[in-house]
Amino acid sequence: MYLTKEEERILNGESGEGTQKALELLVAIGEAYDAERMIPISRAHAASSGQEGDLYFVELLANGGARCKVPTSTNPVYDLEYFDNLFEIPKDEAEVARRVMEAYKRVGAILSWSCIPYMAENIPLYGETVAFSESSATPYVNSVIGARTNREAAQSALAAGVIGKTPEYGLHIKENRKGTSLVKVEATLKDEFDYTLLGYYVGKQIGYGIPVLTGITKQPNTEELINFCAMSNVPGAISMFYMPGFTVEASTVEEAFQGDAPEDKIAVTDYELKQSYEELQTTSGKIDFVMLGCPHYTLKQVEEVARLLNGKKIRDGVSFWVCTSATAKMLAERIGYVDVIEKAGGHVVVDTCIDEPCWIAYKNKVGMTDSPKCAYYRRFKEAMVARLQDCVEAAIKGKWG
Amino acid sequence: MGLKSLEITLKCHKIIGGYGEGEALVSHEPICFYLTDPKTGVVRERSHELAGKNLANKVLVFPSGKASSVVQIDGLFKLASHNVAPKAMIVKDVETVLVVSAFMVKVPLVDKLEKDPFEVIHTGDFVKVDAEKGTVTITKRTS
Repeated sequence: MYLTKEEERILNGESGEGTQKALELLVAIGEAYDAERMIPISRAHAASSGQEGDLYFVELLANGGARCKVPTSTNPVYDLEYFDNLFEIPKDEAEVARRVMEAYKRVGAILSWSCIPYMAENIPLYGETVAFSESSATPYVNSVIGARTNREAAQSALAAGVIGKTPEYGLHIKENRKGTSLVKVEATLKDEFDYTLLGYYVGKQIGYGIPVLTGITKQPNTEELINFCAMSNVPGAISMFYMPGFTVEASTVEEAFQGDAPEDKIAVTDYELKQSYEELQTTSGKIDFVMLGCPHYTLKQVEEVARLLNGKKIRDGVSFWVCTSATAKMLAERIGYVDVIEKAGGHVVVDTCIDEPCWIAYKNKVGMTDSPKCAYYRRFKEAMVARLQDCVEAAIKGKWG
Repeated sequence: MGLKSLEITLKCHKIIGGYGEGEALVSHEPICFYLTDPKTGVVRERSHELAGKNLANKVLVFPSGKASSVVQIDGLFKLASHNVAPKAMIVKDVETVLVVSAFMVKVPLVDKLEKDPFEVIHTGDFVKVDAEKGTVTITKRTS
């Protein structure tokens, strides 16, 4: 791999140990992919988590004096203060989370603690070269925005943010952005939950690849696209997709496949979506909680929750959670949505991922969510997946089905 | 034939530097480190060909990694913190997450062995991986 004089100096430790470690990791990745050189990036998103591996690397960089060179946002961990007042979080777990958040602050990251940073805190433009980790953000940035990123780990994205560069490989190269699978959508897509089911089914069928979806008749909205991105990465690894006519990079199917034939073809009808839905109904009956906001709810989704809960009361014994970004919550408070949700007995919490130890109180509980991704993490005894409207109704009744 | 003929040295491509040696453990299936016992290194993935085998301190030969970045990295990191990580890793297809995982725990990682690793290395052989020099030395199991 070709390295510039400046990169050589960083590797020799002349810019400090933290920066040196960051570049060492990027060079190793470059070597693995036979990258010829490093290319500049304009921004990064580090999929921070409350895990020990994450802590080790961000502290290695922070203690070594590294600072982010380009805007680098962070994924949710959890709102320590909020949860500390409600539940007993094991002290050692809370300490890991506290140290992770402190170390990201020291490296000069944008402390967004959001898994949808492309909505407000860190927005790439078409054609930008970036390094975005978080399996739902990667396809959004590649496909919906048309910027270029590889499927990064939290550490490689942070290292790229510190150096301001990434090895030139994978989805940074046009030929590698070629569609692999043709997906004929014959199902009716009514709302964002149908896109959840579509993403889940496509991810499961394709596994690893770049699907090109045809047959979609109406421009999907932001929330529908977020759901497609997130859920296709639950049973699969879809770092990019095309919906010619609606996504930006290829306007036709031929262009998406770069003139080649698809490697495989699948069709999705109402039947497949129904099958996927039924697969997610693992139980029914009394529920203990409702968990929304995986990925983080947008302001529009928080509004929808407030509209459905307006003047209603969540049943005693049911905990109702909406996870969102600090930015969206600030606006939701200003507009009055948070007040409505809290009056009904719900929580609106920021900075928090549903896959964190703060949810320990629900370990043996049964609940509902509108997100197969949330259910997949198995932080709970059981989590059934249904439409947002059904989740709210179940919270009011205290049962589902 | 003398003992020497049992030892072969092959060239390889360094991804994560360092030196590691130990008994080889060969897996023809991809490996997810999260699905191992973090305290012992025993593979817990029931349907895996290595199920029940221990990868602690072995030179692990496998095609590639699998599973999400967070769990894969966390898995290898936990093994290393209990001193039961592999001593070195020889792979065929390497991806970002596996590179990050190996980097974090400072386990040498190499690919592009000049011969197919699944043909020249068998479980039980003694293998020295010198990633810095770009060599893998295999001493065949004699039994």
